[in-house]
Amino acid sequence: MGNSSSMLTQYDIEEVQEYCQNLFSQQEIVSLYQRFCQLDRNAKGFISADEFLSVPEFAMNPLSQRLLKMVDGLNFKDFVAFLSAFSAKASVQQKVKLIFKFYDSDGNGKVSFNDMLEVLRDLSGSFISDVQREQVLTQLLKEAGYSKDSYLTFDDFNKIFGISELKMEVEVPVD
Amino acid sequence: MSSGKGGELIPSSSELDLDRPNIEDYLPSGSSIHEPVGKLRLCNLLDISPTLTEAAGAIVDDSFTRCFKSNPPEPWNWNVYLFPLWWCGVVIRYLILFPVRVIVLTVGWIIFLSCFIPVHLLLKEHDKLQKNMERALVELICSFFVASWTGVINYHGPRPSMRPKQVFVANHTSTIDFIILEQMSSFAVIMQKHPGWVGLLQSTILESVGCIWFNRSEAKDRETVTKKLREHSQGVDNNPLLIFPEGTCVNNQYSVMFKKGAFELGCTICPIAIKYNKIFVDAFWNSRKQSFTMHLLQLMTSWAVVCDVWYLEPQNLRPDETPIEFAERVRDIISVRAGLKKVPWDGYLKYSRPSSKHRERKQQSFAESVLRRLEEK
Repeated sequence: MGNSSSMLTQYDIEEVQEYCQNLFSQQEIVSLYQRFCQLDRNAKGFISADEFLSVPEFAMNPLSQRLLKMVDGLNFKDFVAFLSAFSAKASVQQKVKLIFKFYDSDGNGKVSFNDMLEVLRDLSGSFISDVQREQVLTQLLKEAGYSKDSYLTFDDFNKIFGISELKMEVEVPVD
Repeated sequence: MSSGKGGELIPSSSELDLDRPNIEDYLPSGSSIHEPVGKLRLCNLLDISPTLTEAAGAIVDDSFTRCFKSNPPEPWNWNVYLFPLWWCGVVIRYLILFPVRVIVLTVGWIIFLSCFIPVHLLLKEHDKLQKNMERALVELICSFFVASWTGVINYHGPRPSMRPKQVFVANHTSTIDFIILEQMSSFAVIMQKHPGWVGLLQSTILESVGCIWFNRSEAKDRETVTKKLREHSQGVDNNPLLIFPEGTCVNNQYSVMFKKGAFELGCTICPIAIKYNKIFVDAFWNSRKQSFTMHLLQLMTSWAVVCDVWYLEPQNLRPDETPIEFAERVRDIISVRAGLKKVPWDGYLKYSRPSSKHRERKQQSFAESVLRRLEEK
């Protein structure tokens, strides 16, 4: 991809489809490309943080800053790969993987107490005190069999989310 | 065009204050509708899927960006015989129509300037006569402009009358909205001050019809502008005010929230709906993509500008209504008439970020849900 014209060839579409493990249909990939070009205003081949934030609905989201670290500067293939976790065809494991990557901001394969605390802070803002947040998190970790000093791996996340149903689906509009 | 509360220096993002209709009522809230119940467990605390989904949904599609998408007509020249036909069309448009239009416009300007300048300089004593002549001349030059795009404009409804305490509001697609309306009857418009030759026109000719200027980037500007608006609307002899409450150009398929400034003046509001026919040309001025000059050139090299203008029934503030509710009611009337979809966004979000109040509201509801479930054992 990376060409300045807004046209995808059949080869391009199939390449992207393979890259995202067939989680999107070809029509959806075309729609996502139109959206990508719309957000990437000067056709640089990636969407900058500023361009993401120009979508008010995204800017209002409490997790937008942390999410920006994951999506800032992605090219189209990686953009689709990121969104593939939200496809209706994605498995629970794939969704948990995205959530794990979201928490593990430094990418070392381990989620620390601080990582979880940071996300909680983004989600609850000034409406829960820092002390109370730590208390709640420590308590729930203990109940689940972990401690404050535990580092959670992807397997741990799978165990934690194991039985619960994750509703994490986004519909790609296809005109 | 909206009054802040007193002389605040906070930029326009403060428009999204608690006075506004609740955006949450319009936005899809998906799984957050289902209030989680039961004892709080670790997986509930770590489950960020509802919020993540909202963010991903916004990345994939959002109603705000849709308002400013230019939708040029579909190309139809993909055939062996259609292509030459289209090519003929291009030749006619650029090499025949365009020069003719430029000539028409030049002639119009010559006539206008040769009448306007003497009237402006010589008739300084005869105020009323001067005003009437200048108004007629501005209407004339607007007609020339419209002719230069081969404008086919259908006016519906009674022509606006010149009465005091009357303000006209319309949906906004491009600066040419003003020209189209001015052609029929003289208005005093409130506009963003533009740079370049448009700005020159604004400060010389449009002054004579009583236009008011504002500067989006200046925060204190809003107060002075509101004062000017009020003064103007009370004056008997002034041209009726024309206000575009959306505050920015929208693509003629959606309408963004109306700013309440025009609806707090204590005047009758006469709504005007404008709808352009996209088959001929997309009249939406995407100011992020084109300068006004390029936009005009695009219009002059198209076949025609076809649109409908509806003058709708005047509305008054009802006793139990706030100005914001009044604004929304009028927006509804205009959107229905012009076939526009309403979105709950402030047009100024094109230029600034949303206020933190919305994020805080989401954080508050999450915090409350967590704390509540903590109580349940």
